[in-house]
Amino acid sequence: MSAAPTVAATERAPPILRVDALKVRYALDGAEIAAVREVSLDVAVGECLGIVGESGSGKSQMVLAALGLLASNARTLGSARFEGKELLGLPLAALNRIRGSKLSMVFQDPMTSLTPHLRIGVQLAEVLVHHAGATWSHAQRAALDMLERVRVPDARRRLRQYPHELSGGMRQRVMIGMSLMCEPKLVIADEPTSALDATVQAQILALLREVRAQSGLSIVLISHDLGAVASLAERIVVMYAGRVVESAPTMELLRAPRHPYTSLLIECAPSLHRPRLDRMPCLLGLPPSPRDAEIGCAFAPRCPRVTDRCRVQRPPLRRIDEVAEVACHHPLAP
Amino acid sequence: MIEPRESLLEVRGLRVEFEGRAAVDDVSFEIAPAEVLGLVGESGSGKSTLARALLRLVPAAQGTVRFRGTDLLRCTGRALRRHRRDLQIVFQDPLASLDPRMTVGETLAEPLEIFEPTIGTRERRTRVAEMLERVGLAPQVAGRYPHEFSGGQCQRIGIARAMMQRPELLVCDEPVSSLDMSIQGQIVNLLSDLQRDLGTAMLFISHNLAVVRHLSQRVMVMYAGRIVEIAGASELFAAPVHPYTRALLAAVPDPAAALCPPGEPLVYSYER
Amino acid sequence: MSATLWRGAAERLRANSAAVAAIWLLAILVLLALAAPALNPNSVETLDWSRVAYAPGMAHAHWFGTDRLGRDLFVRTFEGARTSMAVGLVAGAVSLSLGLGFGAIAGYVGGRTDYLMMRIIEILSGLPLVFFVIFLTVVIGRNSYVLYASVVAVGWLTMARIVRGQTLSIRRREFIEAAVAGGAGPVRVIWKHVVPNVLGPVAVYATLMVPQIILFESFLSFLGLGTQEPHASLGTLIAEGAGEMEAAPWILLAPGIFLALLLVSLNVLGDGLRDAFDVRETA
Repeated sequence: MSAAPTVAATERAPPILRVDALKVRYALDGAEIAAVREVSLDVAVGECLGIVGESGSGKSQMVLAALGLLASNARTLGSARFEGKELLGLPLAALNRIRGSKLSMVFQDPMTSLTPHLRIGVQLAEVLVHHAGATWSHAQRAALDMLERVRVPDARRRLRQYPHELSGGMRQRVMIGMSLMCEPKLVIADEPTSALDATVQAQILALLREVRAQSGLSIVLISHDLGAVASLAERIVVMYAGRVVESAPTMELLRAPRHPYTSLLIECAPSLHRPRLDRMPCLLGLPPSPRDAEIGCAFAPRCPRVTDRCRVQRPPLRRIDEVAEVACHHPLAP
Repeated sequence: MIEPRESLLEVRGLRVEFEGRAAVDDVSFEIAPAEVLGLVGESGSGKSTLARALLRLVPAAQGTVRFRGTDLLRCTGRALRRHRRDLQIVFQDPLASLDPRMTVGETLAEPLEIFEPTIGTRERRTRVAEMLERVGLAPQVAGRYPHEFSGGQCQRIGIARAMMQRPELLVCDEPVSSLDMSIQGQIVNLLSDLQRDLGTAMLFISHNLAVVRHLSQRVMVMYAGRIVEIAGASELFAAPVHPYTRALLAAVPDPAAALCPPGEPLVYSYER
Repeated sequence: MSATLWRGAAERLRANSAAVAAIWLLAILVLLALAAPALNPNSVETLDWSRVAYAPGMAHAHWFGTDRLGRDLFVRTFEGARTSMAVGLVAGAVSLSLGLGFGAIAGYVGGRTDYLMMRIIEILSGLPLVFFVIFLTVVIGRNSYVLYASVVAVGWLTMARIVRGQTLSIRRREFIEAAVAGGAGPVRVIWKHVVPNVLGPVAVYATLMVPQIILFESFLSFLGLGTQEPHASLGTLIAEGAGEMEAAPWILLAPGIFLALLLVSLNVLGDGLRDAFDVRETA
């Protein structure tokens, strides 16, 4: 269960991550593909922000761009400031000092993120040696501590094992452990539980909750699974077709979504607590492709509340109260 | 329990071995004509292996699989291929299950070439177009290649291919797991419509409990290769008996639950 | 077959300047081999005793000179080129078909069949090929069929291995399972699903196999086991020329250069094809 939202946390201290008008474009076969059309968001210190979106929403591309992890044919515009320092365009050496130590990332598939031919203990220890200049023996002790902290049973034995000898859930715990080795201020988790079973997913989310409670670090959790995000995040940002369409504290978003897409997403999220309907709720049609030109609201073709205005004029992201924003000409009433 | 002589599919004591251990261990169940039987379980439970064993895509070590009385495990060659007309499968990864070098039209025409080789080109094309429309795609897409489609559309094509010969039983192996949540409903509703219109029985396999609940009349729960619980869908979800089933139900992250006061979820740790 | 696979590959190939140059060079060489002799009045066999071992000159249109027997080298070089190319093409095609069939069946069927088929390939690979050719020549006599048979014997083994490897890598892919589940028998699966999907890498290796075949033929001819007099292949011409290197170096030069250019262009094209087909067309 997510904690009570800290209202106006952003007003107290500068945000640990501020993304301002970030755009990501690719040039491919002569055409320009807009993976991220424009995104602005803040992550407050100690906050857990959830970013929800489906294929083509650009949610992963956005954070990869902020961290400088995109391919060379990507063009990133705008700004991404971490602790006030601009990340975009930062020289590689300076970027590497931040990445992995103060700002770390957990990816979806731990099998491809972990090096298959190195033992777990080595990979964990390496993070500390490389970033914090620790001695090898100190780093190894820290690795053992970390495995216990992320609740990997029989940690001493696991240290000596290879990634393929661990189950998916365990590997993901190791990934989380690796991201925490240098006591980062911000952890970005991109679909950390999508490849895992439901019970394991619940455990990983609980682990993230526990870690956060212990150290007060900020988390950005990106997922297509609204349920997973809702169980951890205090505030949720909903993305569609490369833009933010709504952002609000979790409870408010779930109880009274403003954007029609958010409302439909909530309906479509599989739930055992709601009565079984005759037709399974779904969105008709397909999300727009990043290749398509943007005319009017991107959600118009699939929106049940669409009007002519929506088809020609793109709704800007407007603040509706202290903590919520929505980009819609006809937002739902609270 | 369904009367044995009425069942479409009767599985007894099925055992499939993989790397020395039993991926499917002593599994028995029945499916009646036009019934939808759900199968839930997590990764490693053996549900996909079970599906493949039924389709004879992996060898079974023991047991019988009686389809309308005939034991499919004892069939070989041409006899087995004849039965494939009535027992089809839809795979989890829609794009991977389509031959990248064949157009959609060629892929859909293949069942016709195999089972109805005498029909002419024009009739084949008509049948393909009909099926494409039935699954919600425009007939013109027959000339395109799989990589030109989205995941949801590829799955429609996969379903179309499986339904070309109006099989009596359709095995769906995680058909919506790799699709966006807002699209999953489209495919589930399509399967539901087909099931209703054509009277196809289904074995619907998924780790997504809500989807299984929507489609199935009865549900089986699988754990470590064994069936731990079988019950009617509403009973299973309302009052699960087996502790594993209860843990599974409790673990599903549910936005609706986020709004209710939470109980402490039962979480079992069985990671290897 | 997928138009997009070949179209995408063709585009990438076009962008590869080395490969494009190789294609042009190859086209020129083929054109020369076919058409050039028409420009020259001399015939392949005529012995011009008045101009034995003549250095290249304009007299009597002996542009490349003549050999020890007074035969015009211009015409003979291109005849040799035609022979070598024909061997490369025909033997290449036969090797390709044999290797494709054998490898696809072994790779797809697996089990005992695969085991036996692979042992056959290993045994044949182990046989010393030159002795095999000599043996055949002794038994059957020297003719072009023996030559073709020997050359095919070289090419198909590697092709079979390559095709088997490719087949193994796609055999477990879901669309193959889907075809089997759909009722397709082994023949249909191999012919309609396996072969089209391995054709990409196979095309690459086929292009690289042709120079090997040509080289092997040249080697056999050099040893006297291949193309027989009065016919010429690049190998026989080079063999002659090697013997006359001190006195009449031009005899070696023309066929040598042509062979080198031919092999280089085929190899560069083969590399280019491999790069062009390498990109998987996942959307």
